[in-house]
Amino acid sequence: MTSNVWEYAPAPESRDIANLRPNYRMFVDGEFVDGAGEPLKTVNPATEEVLAEVATADASDVDRAVRAARRAQETVWGRMPGSERAKYLFRVARLIQERGRELAVLETLDNGKPIKESRDVDVPTAAAHFFHHAGWADKLAYAGYGPDPRPVGVAGQVIPWNFPLLMAAWKIAPALACGNTVVLKPAETTPLTALALGEILQQAELPPGVVNILPGAGDVGARLVRHEGIDKVAFTGSTEVGKEIQRAVAGTGKRLTLELGGKAANIVFDDAPLDQAVEGVVNGIFFNQGHVCCAGSRLLVQESIADELLERLRQRVTTLRLGDPLDKNTDVGAINSRAQLERIRELAAAGDAEGAQRWTSPCPVPEKGFFFAPTVFSNVHQAMRIAREEIFGPVLSVLTFRTPDEAVAKANNTPYGLSAGIWTEKGSRILWMAQRMRAGVVWANTFNRFDPTAPFGGYRESGFGREGGRAGLEAYLASGDEGAGI
Amino acid sequence: MGRNGNSGRNDENAKQGKNVRDGERGGHTGHAGHTGHAAPAADGRLPVAKTYKLYVGGAFPRSESGRVYQVTDTKGRFLANAAQASRKDARDAVVAARKAFPKWSGATAYNRGQVLYRVAEMLEGRREQFVAEVAAAEGVSTKRAQADVDAAIDRWVWYAGWTDKVSTVLGAANPVAGPYFCFSVPEPTGVVGVLAPRASSLLGLVSVVAPVIATGNTCVVVASEERPLPAVTLGEVLATSDLPGGVVNLLTGRAAELAPWLAAHGDVNALDLCGAPEGLRADLERAAADTVKRVVRAPAAEPDWTRQPDIGRLRAFLETKTVWHPTGV
Repeated sequence: MTSNVWEYAPAPESRDIANLRPNYRMFVDGEFVDGAGEPLKTVNPATEEVLAEVATADASDVDRAVRAARRAQETVWGRMPGSERAKYLFRVARLIQERGRELAVLETLDNGKPIKESRDVDVPTAAAHFFHHAGWADKLAYAGYGPDPRPVGVAGQVIPWNFPLLMAAWKIAPALACGNTVVLKPAETTPLTALALGEILQQAELPPGVVNILPGAGDVGARLVRHEGIDKVAFTGSTEVGKEIQRAVAGTGKRLTLELGGKAANIVFDDAPLDQAVEGVVNGIFFNQGHVCCAGSRLLVQESIADELLERLRQRVTTLRLGDPLDKNTDVGAINSRAQLERIRELAAAGDAEGAQRWTSPCPVPEKGFFFAPTVFSNVHQAMRIAREEIFGPVLSVLTFRTPDEAVAKANNTPYGLSAGIWTEKGSRILWMAQRMRAGVVWANTFNRFDPTAPFGGYRESGFGREGGRAGLEAYLASGDEGAGI
Repeated sequence: MGRNGNSGRNDENAKQGKNVRDGERGGHTGHAGHTGHAAPAADGRLPVAKTYKLYVGGAFPRSESGRVYQVTDTKGRFLANAAQASRKDARDAVVAARKAFPKWSGATAYNRGQVLYRVAEMLEGRREQFVAEVAAAEGVSTKRAQADVDAAIDRWVWYAGWTDKVSTVLGAANPVAGPYFCFSVPEPTGVVGVLAPRASSLLGLVSVVAPVIATGNTCVVVASEERPLPAVTLGEVLATSDLPGGVVNLLTGRAAELAPWLAAHGDVNALDLCGAPEGLRADLERAAADTVKRVVRAPAAEPDWTRQPDIGRLRAFLETKTVWHPTGV
């Protein structure tokens, strides 16, 4: 059995580095304060132990935070020269780097993702996002939104639990660079790194009220996006909630960007470099336990190599180490919550019921905590739920195709359109396929790459608006010409 | 179209009654191209009046519903009967727009630019006809109508020149921190539902349609309800400008009836609410949310279309696609 070849001694990262405290409070107007909502208990999904009690916001707290953000926008942040705003954001980037190890461990404890991912992806990319946008703050006139672009005002931002710190950075950095202020609602199950970021903002001496962080459940987010005092809503999360928010914002004149779900196709042609393709497919669906909106959750493999690819894929997945997220050798960590675990189980059961063939990695699964072993369904057809619905877990659905046209048709046969993967050695085919993917990000001979300079966002029901790069600034700028609307 | 015979007969009846009233109006002389049923010319010849129909999939069908509604000038005088499009017409138009999308979005930018420029050429050739129609529809002076028609022609030229510059201006090579080549390009959103401005029957219409199709989108347009006739005539221009059928589909009728179907339609990707009835705008936005449509909201008041546009309307119906590939040997 291959697993014997891959024995490792445990190499756990120390949880003390996280500076975990028993209580966390909301961050409003530059200070950590009690919230009037019912406190929530945040849980380590790998052990089911309670990590901390966290204050949550009620309606009056949302009011207070929005007022603070408005005051800060009008009296301080919106008036500050871009060059000064820039220096605050550079400071934040540096502080995230300085406290990187602490943030990585805290993220892994609260989210369940492997420490090597929070350490190598989440935290450094969050710092990079602040660093990139810092430089925009005094160069907005060159961004292509008119000679004198202005901030939109106060942004209400609601983020998911899959990349808690990174999503906070994606939301806050461009908003601040463009002169807006923020009220941010982190996800119910992962509030801790956003609140640690609040400490970093204090250390950076960011003026009070520029960023306000309100933990809580969906009701807090619903209040925030409906609040009359905000000018712009940014949401990352499920398509279902995104639609609710778009409805709530209708008729209010608030600006809106949505980054929603996906059901990406990872397409492997018969001339693909198979070892690389297998690595890419594994990364595409098992990175972050599949809790990735752009995950390559549908493998489309050319029929002539399907058996060989599947065999290699199973071998490779068998070597993935599932378990303690704090262990530096862990590849697949914990599912973020019991509710999510149940959803994954339910959809996998639907795959069985609809006649797909389930294969599960023989890896040992811890008895405590929320874990789901890497799973590959073959013999999947397009009408099955596991081919249509976002599972948001470590479950891959394998379909086959014969011709490039069929691959295009199947890849685009979804209401989503966030990402796609293409594996082939033929350059002209890569570009031909890339043109035809109705998706906002296309990875060719790679997958799941992110960078603050590279715009990210969806087509169709995966949302609208972009994050990153010049295109990402649009959401937070009001062009001087706007209102003319010619 | 099985209904043609039937509704055709209705049209003939309507025409007969009309000529009497047009005759009373006097003044409005001239032959082909004038809005409504032109009065007999001085030589006593009865001009041939036009039947105003829809423009869908490159053809000019009547409404499948057989319905028409009376269009009058700003003083309430009869100009013509316009087709009153139905839900089914709107759905047919969406099908036509979707069918046209792959070819139009896949055409080269140079090709699209030439087609849009060709529209300007055709419009210029029928300038006098449009001046008369705009003057009649909007109740403005001939001079003002001329200025609007000229501006509409120039707007096609402006957008014709944009087709092969949008990617340069809005796209990027992204300097990512890793061994990858990464670029972003703008791509058309898809099928756009357009509620055309209500006051500016030609210039406003062109100002919202040209930027949508310049970048490769296709569209279903609901023309100004009260002033639909220049839109139908614009359809004739589009039909003779090498614009593939289905790229622009023009419906006339009740915006309040048609707009909800477009807002809720699963195969419409974006919505321009420019001329949407005020009481309906929030409802249309809500309906659009069911399929996560991109929505361009209506301005508080209809803008002054004679002003120089920026690229906001081009950008509104574009998606950004980011493509990554590793570098290496």
